[in-house]
Amino acid sequence: MFLKKITLAAAITALTSTTALACEINGRVSIVGNEFPAIQTVGAGAKECQGGEVNTNLTADHQKINLAGMQGDPAEYTSAIIANSSIVALMNDDVIRPLDDLVAKHGGNLKKNQLITIDGKIMAVAFMANAQHLVYRKDILEEIGVEPPKTYEEMLEAAKMIRDKGILENPVGGAYKSGWNLAQEFNNMFLGFGGQHFKPGTAEPNINSEAGIKALEMMKALSEYMNPDFLTHDSNATNAEYRAGNVALMNMWGSRAATLTTAEGVPQEVIDGFAIAGPMTVGGGETPASTLWWDGWTVAKNIPDEEAEATFIAMNHAIRPDILSDDNVAIQAVWLIDGYEPTEKAIGVFEAANAGTIPYPMLPYMGLMHTALGNELADFMQGKESAEQALADVEAAYTAAAKEKGFLQ
Amino acid sequence: MKHRTFFWFFLPTGLAMLLFIAAPIVSVVIQSFYTPHEAVLVTVENCGPFGCKEETTIDQEATRELREAEPLGRFAGFSIYLDRGHLAVTEVGQAWQSSQSVGEFFGKLGNLPFYRALAFTLTYTFAVTPTLIVLGLMIALAVNSLHRHLKGLIIFFSLLPMIVPPLLGSLVLFWMLDSRGILGSAIQWLANDPGLSLKASTPLTWIMLIVYGVWSSAPFAFVVFYAGLQTLPSDQIEASQIDGATRWQQVRFVVVPHLMPLVTFVALIQLMDNFKVLEPIVGFNAEAHAQSLSFFILNDLSGETWLLSSASATSVMTLVGVAILLSPVLLRTWRDFKGKQ
Repeated sequence: MFLKKITLAAAITALTSTTALACEINGRVSIVGNEFPAIQTVGAGAKECQGGEVNTNLTADHQKINLAGMQGDPAEYTSAIIANSSIVALMNDDVIRPLDDLVAKHGGNLKKNQLITIDGKIMAVAFMANAQHLVYRKDILEEIGVEPPKTYEEMLEAAKMIRDKGILENPVGGAYKSGWNLAQEFNNMFLGFGGQHFKPGTAEPNINSEAGIKALEMMKALSEYMNPDFLTHDSNATNAEYRAGNVALMNMWGSRAATLTTAEGVPQEVIDGFAIAGPMTVGGGETPASTLWWDGWTVAKNIPDEEAEATFIAMNHAIRPDILSDDNVAIQAVWLIDGYEPTEKAIGVFEAANAGTIPYPMLPYMGLMHTALGNELADFMQGKESAEQALADVEAAYTAAAKEKGFLQ
Repeated sequence: MKHRTFFWFFLPTGLAMLLFIAAPIVSVVIQSFYTPHEAVLVTVENCGPFGCKEETTIDQEATRELREAEPLGRFAGFSIYLDRGHLAVTEVGQAWQSSQSVGEFFGKLGNLPFYRALAFTLTYTFAVTPTLIVLGLMIALAVNSLHRHLKGLIIFFSLLPMIVPPLLGSLVLFWMLDSRGILGSAIQWLANDPGLSLKASTPLTWIMLIVYGVWSSAPFAFVVFYAGLQTLPSDQIEASQIDGATRWQQVRFVVVPHLMPLVTFVALIQLMDNFKVLEPIVGFNAEAHAQSLSFFILNDLSGETWLLSSASATSVMTLVGVAILLSPVLLRTWRDFKGKQ
């Protein structure tokens, strides 16, 4: 009898708590986005809503489909989860709507710094921050008796000591895969050396400069301490190298750092030696050689207002402060949500923000520059051409693309 | 067949071909001659979690007017075909004028994406196609001479490379060829060089892709030739045996001539397929060493900002390339056809 009462009480509590969390929508919601853990949480949160159909399409290929899926009228996707780099493509083609009225009506739980405003209009709601920063093996650094590196120059010294002592053959890890990843590592290093991608106020490229050459030379120096296959290693492959205990120092995404050593079969010394620090500087500069990122969601322009409202409610429900009470969710990312307490794993991203890291540029033509860098830098990294030639090739490839897109005459 | 009957018989197929083959090609060709409007840029203040910043963005109001006035975009003529990402006419001219020797000129040409991709694509096509035809024929002859109880099993295993999706097949091989993988370690042991990495060397990557290309397409040639062998008239073989032909002479003078139309067919299909090589480059993460025209199309359409006109121009050029490659074979078939009439 007593048991029955307890069960009943528990059932009632469960019921009331679900009603408290209930999310009622009347309209279709369809979400497209990336697939890493924090975004899976957001997608699942939106699916809790009742009263309308909620679909999610979370895939690493989201950028190939989100624009096409929002250009139709009515749009297939009512919301795209994007980052500060990828919102630009949606802005360029004018497929997302300003959210000011919906924020005023339903967005009471949002903090001001979550609202991404472009020309005074709220175009997206950010829910997490991200940056690349140092991940290292404290046991190996203790063995050689050095502090965690604060600069890339110190990283090179430590790498040399680790190799010379015969601890690891290729102690440095890096997502240097030809294409997007390689370009991103160049961006980090280039900004760290004080470079600017474009001549101020124009779409003219400005990377064939002293900062560009120094950035490439540093990348080349680092690659000497990497697995010889580094041009095929993306973040996943680099993480696998770290988990296997082959890497002692690497620049890695915050969003992947928290769960780095939780995979199956990771050796105990890798789990125990796992440590995180802020991003490094380079060439005596003050600004870290890294970029700051946010991830957030948008609402499509070409959909009826009811669907837009339903989408806003569902997405807002998915990032309500409550979700942080689940410890597994709290460690998934550096959440921008109200009430977030940074965990030990979040220190890298926090230090990146505090040290004045530059946010990834939100410029209409930055994507073209990123693609050109990704295509043209591999030759230099393989020693096939000089840094000046590689940078001249990047500028030429970018210029051809920017002319096609109408950014340059 | 009467013309009238033929017309009604062919109409559904013709309509489908018009709709699904001709119309998309026409649209791609049109797209390749137009580029997006000039972007009207404005500087605005953007704010987010990391503070506010003056940044450039596209003026949507002004751009919308331009778009509505000319929905297709700006007419660009052949300018996309001639720009650096494609035929790179200006750059080739400069390279020619500034080069002292032919070798230097080709070195400079290899720095331009289109010509670099063409070099790999043609090497791949002309290495893979003949090899897979010879290999396919050898497998077909071998399987054909097996005992009938064994045939079914062997045919199944020979077809496996074709059954495995190309991307998956290349990924599996990619992992095995890693310097820590089973094949990669074996090669290091054979070469007696512990630092050897297939993925870090351009020539080895090319060889790896070519071997993969032969491995994945040989079963297709095998199946076609094996089917052809079943139609081989036994009286011709017996006659050649009575004449004292060796096994090699039988293959050379009876079997191969009988299969010749099929060889043409396999060559046609494989030339087309290999010229459009894409999956192995993606699967082997080989873009630092080898690129193809199809890879450019994928690349143009997977960046944060799409280059539709550039991708269309590359598609049209792929089409032209395939037509040029196939022209000798097609011409030959046409002559044979004329000869028979």
